[in-house]
Amino acid sequence: MRFIFKTDYAQDIRIAKHGGHWFWYGLLLALLVAAPAFAGEYLLTQLQFIAIYSIVGFGLMLLVGFTGQVSLGHAAFLAVGAYTEGLLQAKGVPFLISLPAAALFAGATGIIVGLPALRLKGIYLAIATLAFNVIVEEIIARWEDLTGGNAGLLVKPAVLLGQAVESPAAFYYLCLALAVMVCLGMINLLRSPTGRAFVAIRDSEISASCMGVNLAKYKTLSFGLSAAITGIAGALYAHKIAFLSPEQFGLFQSIEMLTIVILGGVGFLHGAVLGAAFIIFLPQGIAIAKDWLPPGVATSGVQAVVFGLVLVGFIIFEPLGLYGRWLKIRTYLELFPFYRRGMFRRQKAYAKSERLR
Amino acid sequence: MVQFVQMLLAGTAQGCVYALVALGFVLIYKATETVNFAQGDLMMLGAFFALSGGTLIGLPYWAVILFAALVMAIVGMLIERVVIRPVLGHPAFTVVMITIGVGYVLRGVVTMVPGWGTETYALSTPFGQKVLRVGGAVIAVQELAVIGMTAALCLVLYLFFRYSKLGVAMQASSQNQLAAYYMGIPVRRVNMLIWGLSAAVAAFAGILLAPVTFVHSNMGFIGLKAFPAAVVGGFGSVPGAIVGGLIIGVVEALAGRYLPEGFKDVAAYVVVLIVLFVRPSGIFGETTMKKV
Repeated sequence: MRFIFKTDYAQDIRIAKHGGHWFWYGLLLALLVAAPAFAGEYLLTQLQFIAIYSIVGFGLMLLVGFTGQVSLGHAAFLAVGAYTEGLLQAKGVPFLISLPAAALFAGATGIIVGLPALRLKGIYLAIATLAFNVIVEEIIARWEDLTGGNAGLLVKPAVLLGQAVESPAAFYYLCLALAVMVCLGMINLLRSPTGRAFVAIRDSEISASCMGVNLAKYKTLSFGLSAAITGIAGALYAHKIAFLSPEQFGLFQSIEMLTIVILGGVGFLHGAVLGAAFIIFLPQGIAIAKDWLPPGVATSGVQAVVFGLVLVGFIIFEPLGLYGRWLKIRTYLELFPFYRRGMFRRQKAYAKSERLR
Repeated sequence: MVQFVQMLLAGTAQGCVYALVALGFVLIYKATETVNFAQGDLMMLGAFFALSGGTLIGLPYWAVILFAALVMAIVGMLIERVVIRPVLGHPAFTVVMITIGVGYVLRGVVTMVPGWGTETYALSTPFGQKVLRVGGAVIAVQELAVIGMTAALCLVLYLFFRYSKLGVAMQASSQNQLAAYYMGIPVRRVNMLIWGLSAAVAAFAGILLAPVTFVHSNMGFIGLKAFPAAVVGGFGSVPGAIVGGLIIGVVEALAGRYLPEGFKDVAAYVVVLIVLFVRPSGIFGETTMKKV
């Protein structure tokens, strides 16, 4: 059991709360850096996907988990990032310029969506973002001169500092570096006044505006930043998949992205990574489990059922997600034998009703 | 002109289906403040039950409708009891994610049931391909039947909510759960019945839609078009859902006819964005301010 005695206000916003953080996260990073040495090509591909989806998770977590806004249309931002990257890369623009361009363009789209979304709340916001997603998907499919339409768009490997990033290990390092940078950026953002304003808006819009938080400004900012981060993930996604078509960025992608956030644990940065890893390994788990099922059952059906059951099960039995489960286990061990079942019980949020009762 | 009337009628028929699915959304939303993303999949399941009721048991068309509605009502109540009630009172969006999960499960389960699977089926109706010719316009009897049956269902629902004890109790509990509880209304049981009712309405919508899109495991995606319908009308308003559905159906039909290709699929969403920007809570939506 570790007690942290706070003697200074700056301690509250320190990146690592105690030496253990440095040790364990350092170890994790060292393992990840060393991964190409011992991991096979298959595992490396999975790790690349986890890194990309983690970035997606960070972006969505900023909006859903920390600002409390709902988006059912984040696949559109992924699409904007991916297509920007793909098209710029085809024009021979180096990665160091095209990546920020993808992020900026996706961020600008996010701000455009965020501005009208200021008036909308809860389910209306969800529907508006859903509508946006469908419209973007349709635009990509119809604007054939630019995007190749339904025939798709081929994306070449990224060119970084005059070198094509082709080998799996090199691309893995690129994904890892960006994921770590985005993660650090998120940590820093969340301990800055801006991040505190986001959290204040999530917890109560009325209180936040009473405390002087400019709701319009911070909500738009959150939308923009979230979209920009998703755009970065989109750029990596474009290079990873190497072939873009509009149906990859439909509503299902958006729901899958939300699932990352919810399974991982809404409101925890760790949750984004855990959720991404879970989503990537789930199909493998299903493929293994399928051997026990009677033959003749459609794989897509099994996948849908398992996916749905996992989602429902998590929300009913573990609303805090994977990271919440880990928190509980850790607290149990730390406090042994004084852990009580009710410690993490969530109070029911009747007050948060969107209607007057 | 003749063509315009035909388009209008086809749009209205399609809009009726949207309206019925939207009605299901609204009923559940008013009762439990949950948006049921699985509504389209309930509709799909209802259509499959109707299919089996017709082919396996050999019921006539009218009995098939009752059979499917009854089975779906039970399914709806089960869903409420098993997954929705435990999370009631949690943030609205978690509950939405649950219904998305339920939708996945329903879609997956349907593909695993022997005899249903991933195939596409046709549901036979007594109207078939018959057409009426009125002054040069060719009108499918099917479309008239859809409109007529929707109107009849709306009338039944209106009478139910207006005059039956249970209907009034449902209205009361959806307006103010606490007050309804104090008045001796078993709010939880009423909520369960509302889920049942909404699933039955979904089954009805599924049966009406079946001749247009056929019956297959992905026909529930029409539910995504019914969202705009519900939102356009204002999510808490039953007449709004009907009007919204008709608006979306007609706009879609006209967009398919007069605008370039591709606009038909997004017309519903463009309409909903415009309505939301002008009136953030829909046409019939109540706007309330929160007291601090």
